[in-house]
Amino acid sequence: MIRLEHIHRYFQVGEQTVHALNDINVTIEKGEYVSVMGPSGSGKSTLLNVIALLDQPSSGRYLLNDQPVTQLDDDELAKIRRENIGFVFQFFHLIPRLSAAENIEMPMILAGVAVKERKQRVQEALASVSLQDRADHRPDQLSGGQLQRVAIARAMIMRPEILLADEPTGNLDSKSGKEIIELLEGLNRQGVTLMIITHDQNLGDRARRKIRIVDGQIG
Amino acid sequence: MRYADLLSLSYRTVISHKLRSSLTALGLIIGIAAVVILTSIGRGIHTFVLAEFTQFGTNLISVHPGKTTTFGVSGASISTVRPLVIADVVSLSKVENIIAASPMVQGNARIEAGEKQRRTNVLGVGAAVPEIWKIKVVNGRFLPKEESNPRAFAVLGNKLATELFGTASPLGRRIRIGSDRFRVVGVMEKKGQMIGFDMDDTIYIPAAKALELFDRESLMEIHLLYKSNTAVERVEKAIKRSLIARHGREDFTLVTQNQMLKKLDSILNILTLAVAALGSISLLVGSVGILTIMTIAVSERISEIGLLRAVGAERRTIFQLFLCEALALSAAGGLCGVLLGITIVQILDAALPALPVELAWTYIVAAFMVSLLIGIAAGVAPAMKAARLEPLEALRAE
Ligand SMILES: Nc1ncnc2c1ncn2[C@@H]1O[C@H](COP(=O)(O)OP(=O)(O)O)[C@@H](O)[C@H]1O
Ligand SMILES: [Mg+2]
Repeated sequence: MIRLEHIHRYFQVGEQTVHALNDINVTIEKGEYVSVMGPSGSGKSTLLNVIALLDQPSSGRYLLNDQPVTQLDDDELAKIRRENIGFVFQFFHLIPRLSAAENIEMPMILAGVAVKERKQRVQEALASVSLQDRADHRPDQLSGGQLQRVAIARAMIMRPEILLADEPTGNLDSKSGKEIIELLEGLNRQGVTLMIITHDQNLGDRARRKIRIVDGQIG
Repeated sequence: MRYADLLSLSYRTVISHKLRSSLTALGLIIGIAAVVILTSIGRGIHTFVLAEFTQFGTNLISVHPGKTTTFGVSGASISTVRPLVIADVVSLSKVENIIAASPMVQGNARIEAGEKQRRTNVLGVGAAVPEIWKIKVVNGRFLPKEESNPRAFAVLGNKLATELFGTASPLGRRIRIGSDRFRVVGVMEKKGQMIGFDMDDTIYIPAAKALELFDRESLMEIHLLYKSNTAVERVEKAIKRSLIARHGREDFTLVTQNQMLKKLDSILNILTLAVAALGSISLLVGSVGILTIMTIAVSERISEIGLLRAVGAERRTIFQLFLCEALALSAAGGLCGVLLGITIVQILDAALPALPVELAWTYIVAAFMVSLLIGIAAGVAPAMKAARLEPLEALRAE
């Protein structure tokens, strides 16, 4: 369960202070499917980054599974990111030297999972995103839709309860975009809390709960 | 993160830029190879020179006139120094544990044999010299044991014999040294250069005759051979006691072969060390290469660092990853450098037999360790920079 109370996030840009999040209060229950929409620059990414523990709010309280996480140190944050949160980026962020399978394996390597279990879980993950035959391909040998499927498999490999996606279809054609959304929704049906930022009204409307942000405030 | 994974990831990254990695390692390879080659030559010279000296054997003591004292100017001045004489040699040869003793007078003189003449090195010695210096007579015999009033016999070095008599046997032939007449009784085996002077272009005559020839009162040195299984300190004590009894005071200096070897050894060690230090300068160049390439690697992979942090890598892990990469580069460079150096040393050894080379393993191991240290030293700063990046900012970097 995600609970944000009076979250503010300011950015200092030269003389100017940008108020990217302005008193955000929101609670997301386990297993929910939430879309986040709003104009460009309204603070959607900032909100998701705070939830993902990639960014720290300037003020406010953030409880993850009833545990406050705003005061944790760097290593503790890394551990929670590793174990509790999957993140899918607009620009895929795959490591170019490594094969699809190795990219998917990476979070388990960082977590120190045993080799045998890693190989088995990577095979399952590749199957779940229908990329068994692309295991040894490097990112430059894959299409955009395939790259995002690899990224999703990587995000889910540690079996996190939360999956956050920042415009996951932003770089894809509508057909592959739809496939990606269906893949994410499939994960949500298996119990994963899913939160997707999108610009596409049709995609956003598919979510059971829709959050709209304007100027850093939930509208 | 497991260490095996850390190593394999670093290895993957290093070999994914083959050309770049090899060029980076090249600086180190050359540096390490230089250290290996230079120290091998240094060690080779070391061994060669020591072997030259130990040809004489190691259980030798020489007695020199005069006392070198460490207590400044003592009352004893040159005039009160009793000369070393042949009677001293006779008494020293009877000291406990002394196997043989020989006087030594050295000079240069003109030798005439029939039509031929030649200036050569003259050694005035005793009958025990072949035993003490481990040299052999190849033809005839050595000087007989006659302490007082020796006959005018001479023994020729190998080269001198051929120079003066060609292929004919010199045994029994009369020669003139300076103005004195001598009869040749023997020829020594070929010995080659020994510490600078040519043992084969030398003539041996009785010490008493040499004193007359060079118009000297006293011997230059006395050479003693002692039993190899006795402690040198004990022998020294006995020699001192005996000579002090004869001279009334300690007006002589003992030099043991061990002391000489030790001094020589330390000088030669410094030589090798200096040469190694010289080679290490090129290691410095190698380390700059690694520092440069790691700095570039970090700035190229900022977004990757962000990704790793986002999927749960701690700062420590990022630090280890980059440090390990630098280490992989330097270890590969060090290993190739060692192999290259050893190969070149072996080629040198085969191609130039005159050049003494010997692989100096301590330096080779040290050079490899230094290359690892260089990897660490050059890798720390970039790895720290990588570890300090904030995940979100790093992710944003293109
Ligand atoms: N690191 C940053 N430094 C300065 N300003 C930032 C930073 N990140 C976001 N902002 C600002 O915060 C606001 C919200 O940004 P963002 O959350 O990325 O919007 P969205 O994802 O909705 O387009 C914008 O005005 C943006 O310029
Ligand atoms: Mg955004």
